[in-house]
Amino acid sequence: MERHAKSYETSDDMSNFSVGFRTEAHIRILDLNGELDAHTASELEAALQKCRQDEMYRIVANGRHLKYISSAGLGVFMAYIEEMREAGGDIKIAGLQASIFNIFDLLGFPLLFDIVEDEREAIRKFDANPDENAT
Amino acid sequence: MQTPTKTLLDLRPGSGTHPSPMSESAHSLRIPGVTQHLGKARRFVEKYAREANLDEETIAHVTMAVDEACANVIKHAYNEDGRDIAIRVAIDPERFTVCIEDQGRPFQPELWSEPDIFQIAESRRRGGLGVQIMRSLMDEVKYETRGDTNQVRLTKFRSGAPDRNSEKTA
Repeated sequence: MERHAKSYETSDDMSNFSVGFRTEAHIRILDLNGELDAHTASELEAALQKCRQDEMYRIVANGRHLKYISSAGLGVFMAYIEEMREAGGDIKIAGLQASIFNIFDLLGFPLLFDIVEDEREAIRKFDANPDENAT
Repeated sequence: MQTPTKTLLDLRPGSGTHPSPMSESAHSLRIPGVTQHLGKARRFVEKYAREANLDEETIAHVTMAVDEACANVIKHAYNEDGRDIAIRVAIDPERFTVCIEDQGRPFQPELWSEPDIFQIAESRRRGGLGVQIMRSLMDEVKYETRGDTNQVRLTKFRSGAPDRNSEKTA
């Protein structure tokens, strides 16, 4: 079945997003790359589900290479934060570019999420409270 | 003498550019209502926002608001059945306006209330922030339904815009 095959569909039109996985000691680091919108939010969701499967509840979302986030992407973080905290972990968001941080800030996300300067700080905070039931 | 104001609903659908006097212009795009085309919608609006010399922050805000409006149409108005969405950018010396039109279920702004992110997180939901984002990022958000067409009109007023009666030309 043909799915909206139109000549103007080029790769430039699509949102490119990927999640890279790293593990440091007991912490799972997710490297977010590209544009996180309603089309690509499922990639982030799959990444968080993988963390759950692996029983890795201490998560750093490294947003250094995140170019864009819409409410669909923010929604995925919201859907998983309580579960990770109940399991004794957290999702700490690190390294956001200023323009992206502004969107988080606008919606009051710094009250709900631990948003830190960079990945090292996130890891330090996890290490400082190994048994933390975050905020 | 004032230039007559264009009614955006009167602009004909379809793709194209309609230059007019007083540095006014309008640009149209029609996309299938599926999320894979949201990137195209963002780049279309970003291009004209940049051409209109909006500052980078404003460009980012307009682009995001349009993304949220289109995503809402796809999910709520069309219930993901993939019908088309019409996007029109209208630029004049005073404002940068984007209209998004659909033929789906109308949004009822009177039933909307400001979301509570703590409540959303607690109930492990993942939605409900799109309208809040549009309202926060734009100077004006207006909804209108005429016949079977719903329109949301997103406006940024341009700071330093010349007075309406000014004889200045670009």
